[in-house]
Amino acid sequence: MTVLIIAEHDNQHLATATRHAVTAGSKLGEVHVLVAGSGAAEVAEQAKQVAGVAKVLLADAEHYAGGLAEELAPLVVKLAADYRYVAAAASTFGKNLMPRVAALLDCPQVSDLTEIVNGKTFVRPIYAGNAFATVSSDAETLVLTFRTTAFAEAAASGGQAEVVQVEATPAQGLSRFISRELVKSDRPELTQARVVVSGGRALGSVEQFNELLLPLADKLGAAIGASRAAVDADYAPNDYQVGQTGKVVAPELYIAIGISGAIQHTAGMQDSKVIVAINKDPEAAIFNIADYGLVADLFEAVPELTAALGN
Amino acid sequence: MKALVAVKRVVDYNVKVRVKADGSDVDIGNVKMSMNPFDEIAMEEAVRLKEAGKISEIVVVSLGVKQCEETLRTALAMGGDRAIHVQTDDYLEPLAVAKLLRKIADREQPQLILLGKQAIDDDANQTAQMLAALLNAPQGTFASKVELGENEVTVVREVDGGLETVALKLPAVVSADLRLNEPRYVKLPNIMQAKKKPLEKLAVEELGVDITPKLQQQKVAEPKPRSGGVKVQSVAELVAKLKNEAKVI
Repeated sequence: MTVLIIAEHDNQHLATATRHAVTAGSKLGEVHVLVAGSGAAEVAEQAKQVAGVAKVLLADAEHYAGGLAEELAPLVVKLAADYRYVAAAASTFGKNLMPRVAALLDCPQVSDLTEIVNGKTFVRPIYAGNAFATVSSDAETLVLTFRTTAFAEAAASGGQAEVVQVEATPAQGLSRFISRELVKSDRPELTQARVVVSGGRALGSVEQFNELLLPLADKLGAAIGASRAAVDADYAPNDYQVGQTGKVVAPELYIAIGISGAIQHTAGMQDSKVIVAINKDPEAAIFNIADYGLVADLFEAVPELTAALGN
Repeated sequence: MKALVAVKRVVDYNVKVRVKADGSDVDIGNVKMSMNPFDEIAMEEAVRLKEAGKISEIVVVSLGVKQCEETLRTALAMGGDRAIHVQTDDYLEPLAVAKLLRKIADREQPQLILLGKQAIDDDANQTAQMLAALLNAPQGTFASKVELGENEVTVVREVDGGLETVALKLPAVVSADLRLNEPRYVKLPNIMQAKKKPLEKLAVEELGVDITPKLQQQKVAEPKPRSGGVKVQSVAELVAKLKNEAKVI
């Protein structure tokens, strides 16, 4: 029973999400990692050192450079014949690629799974995390995507996998990668952070969002998140969004500031270890899931909190 | 140029669903149903492209129970030209939906196929990608901007670190993210007009697709409840609790 995990990378660095997927995959069998890219030998080197990886397949071709699903899917499908499970982290990369693979293999996909019950039974959230479905399948091949926050990351070193070159599949030419604009930040990555400070619409403007949240996040070494309302109002960039349609986080400490707590938001953070809510509305739904709630005007409470942490 | 838009009838996004007492499924017996929010955005985008003169006809399709007709009428009221309803009471997995949509696409030959990026009930986020695979068409998933040209569509995609731009040969499949647009409100005269627009009914058998589920749902459970929290009176008390009780700072 071997598992093929599709590595996510930028041709230089293996994404942390893939190490979470390795942990999940190890629960199913021997883990092989496919690194498909252009000039991605360095990524294969990193992948072979990940604890729990038995083999790294490296496919190097120019048309794999942009990580386009149209180019990668035929390669994964060709290799899938030797595997019971084909899997990836449920990041935007995995979500984009894996269903294309599943359809070409004519096999079912279990998306964003949070628990492996046994080799054919899995648990996954539905209805924005308001329910968890246990699903099973007798299919010969299964395509899986793993929710990264549900599985710890495998150690980046300690593994001694062999690297095997595999032949690239022909270029499909259906799509072209044009550009990628990444939001630059010195902060920890949102899905990996130990502490997340998240702001909602109540912050009122992008200036206030930054003025209030940045110093607090700096004090805590935290990543910054946002509710959909804050993103839609342009207080924060899209990829800060936490929730059903944004990112799922499960930090040690999640501080929700001026966030009402709609189910679409809580779907993305309700597995946090400790949740703090600061909101002036005592009836806000966020207080139902917060471990510590402070009913207060955030414009006073947040600077006070930032100052208090300085001592 | 013809566009095909697929819309799904789901539990309204404001409804907090409950799991049935026997744990067999969620209880959606008497709850409000609406068009999946992402599909509304896909529909709005098609209508805007038509208003911009880039698309000549919008065909909307929905698959499922009889009441999907209401969802289709809503799409027609938004600006769809005609509708196709593949009626079935059976549960449809994303792969089955993709196979059925492929048959419709083979028949209609649209240049652009628009869907929502995910349905807010099963949260699968699979159908658009699967449909693109079956059509051997390129895919522009999680689109926040769509520019339709003669032979190509340029799509700005929302990815984990920011935004990514890809160019896709037509015909192409695009799945809508939240920020693609703000769907319009449907006005009463449009609802009246929509009642007269053609709505074709098809049976799954006519399309010759095997829709047998490949996944079996064993049970559905409530999420683990969070233990009730406490309200603190001041910032000082909050900091003290986080330091001494929760030990997270």
